[in-house]
Amino acid sequence: MAVVMANPAVQGSRAGGFVVRNLDLFYGAHQALHQISMTIPERAVTAIIGPSGCGKSTFLRCLNRMNDLVPDARIQGHVSFRGEDLYAPGADPMAIRYRIGMIFQKPNPFPKSIYENVAFGPRINGYDGDLDDIVEASLRRAALWDEVKDRLRKPALALSGGQQQRLCIARALAVNPEVLLMDEPTSALDPIATGKIEELMTSLKQEYTIVLVTHSMQQAARVSDYTAFFLDGRLVEMDRTERIFSAPSDRRTEDYITGRFG
Amino acid sequence: MNDIAARRRRRRRMDAASHWLFLLAIVVALAVLAILLWDLLSTGLPRLSWSFLTSHASRFADRTGILAPLVGSFYVIVLTAAFALPVGVATAVFLEFYAEGDRPSPLRQSLTQFLKLNIDNLAGVPSIVYGLFGLAFFVRWMQLGRSILAAALTLALMVLPVIIVNTREAIRAVPPSLAHGAYALGASKTQVIFTVILPAALGGILTATILSVSRALGESAPLLAVGAWVYVTSLPRTPLDSFTVLPVQIYYWAGMPQKAFQEVASAGILVLLALLLSLNGIAIWLRSKYQKKAEW
Repeated sequence: MAVVMANPAVQGSRAGGFVVRNLDLFYGAHQALHQISMTIPERAVTAIIGPSGCGKSTFLRCLNRMNDLVPDARIQGHVSFRGEDLYAPGADPMAIRYRIGMIFQKPNPFPKSIYENVAFGPRINGYDGDLDDIVEASLRRAALWDEVKDRLRKPALALSGGQQQRLCIARALAVNPEVLLMDEPTSALDPIATGKIEELMTSLKQEYTIVLVTHSMQQAARVSDYTAFFLDGRLVEMDRTERIFSAPSDRRTEDYITGRFG
Repeated sequence: MNDIAARRRRRRRMDAASHWLFLLAIVVALAVLAILLWDLLSTGLPRLSWSFLTSHASRFADRTGILAPLVGSFYVIVLTAAFALPVGVATAVFLEFYAEGDRPSPLRQSLTQFLKLNIDNLAGVPSIVYGLFGLAFFVRWMQLGRSILAAALTLALMVLPVIIVNTREAIRAVPPSLAHGAYALGASKTQVIFTVILPAALGGILTATILSVSRALGESAPLLAVGAWVYVTSLPRTPLDSFTVLPVQIYYWAGMPQKAFQEVASAGILVLLALLLSLNGIAIWLRSKYQKKAEW
């Protein structure tokens, strides 16, 4: 399989966020990912697209070791972030997830107050400074502060779906991560809420590395700087988003983005 | 065509027939309950009074009261819950999160399966069996005597499987997405269990505990085996004191030949029923309260 790896567009000064080499993932006897190699640049949005079941979410969960929670998942290959091997024998998944935050497909706020949701991360990681400031700052960065500042003690589950998802983003930002992994974060949301989340991604990429799994090619085209196309557990190609959508080098990518399958 | 229409008519008749049949079933059930309750109220209500609730047992039906068994039942139930709840929840947490280990092996999995199966079966063991075990183990071997402590430990063993099974249900009803959310913030397994899963499952756990404790409140067989006394004229002060409980006292009164004591027994049953209904009421209230909060 010829994987487009040495693309100069993906390297340069921003290279070296995530470096993935020859990554295989097995669920029991079933191989879900085959020989994935790619470099995910920092302070940019990298979109991962592909048809359902192509392994894009599975791949995303390799980047913060969430696949550890699947009892029969097994990994081979190399994944590092900022030069640090995430699967080294001594690597601590808790410390990794603390640095590499994640947003899920369905908003999953805890059945607690809005305040407690945002304060959760700092609390469990032993922060004993002023939580009020962190909560406010995180909610502001997630563009939710103005909507909830008068009801911080109200249950988070009373918020709308879009607000819940922004709350989950605030919750992830509260531990000051270096990366946000977003697993189809808008698939459960209406177009207006989706627009707000996309705006948010564009502003957050100034400070954070964002990896976005999406089933929407329009979304990938709108918000991402780089796009990777997955098919059947393999990376077909990765390039600058403009190139993927205007002049992809692989025929299958072209077929997919022009809607011939998927 | 005619054939289809005829068949459809027959199905409609079957619908109507089932409707009446099921209605009949519930009417029979409710009618029996109503008759029972009417009988109890008509014989027992005249005997119910403040002095009945605050007097000790007496040889005279007019002067006898229910104070000692009321207090005894209260102590036994509170101690039962105090033993059974922590052990039951801890067992359920172990079975759900730790038993199979992080890297499950076939041996550990089948061992866990075996444990779970046995706990499910224990929930169906007749209560007298627990009573006899309590007599042999707590009363004799541990030399706790015929005490509140022995009774509470016996009842705790009896309700433990029910609490474990229901706590596991409540834990499994918590959506995995909540646990994933906490893991993704760098939480440890223990933190995920204590800060996310158990709080979210609390409603179900408390409901199960109250319902199983109310079952223990109505038990007489195991307590007769463990040695509840039937004629107690002083209130228990320590867990090692002797005691009696409501069902045992009622059983004793109901066995007396005098008609007046039959009426006293009915009054005792009314007190027991009131306690059971209020416990179940609390359980229902808890469930609805947590259901409202937990719409994920």
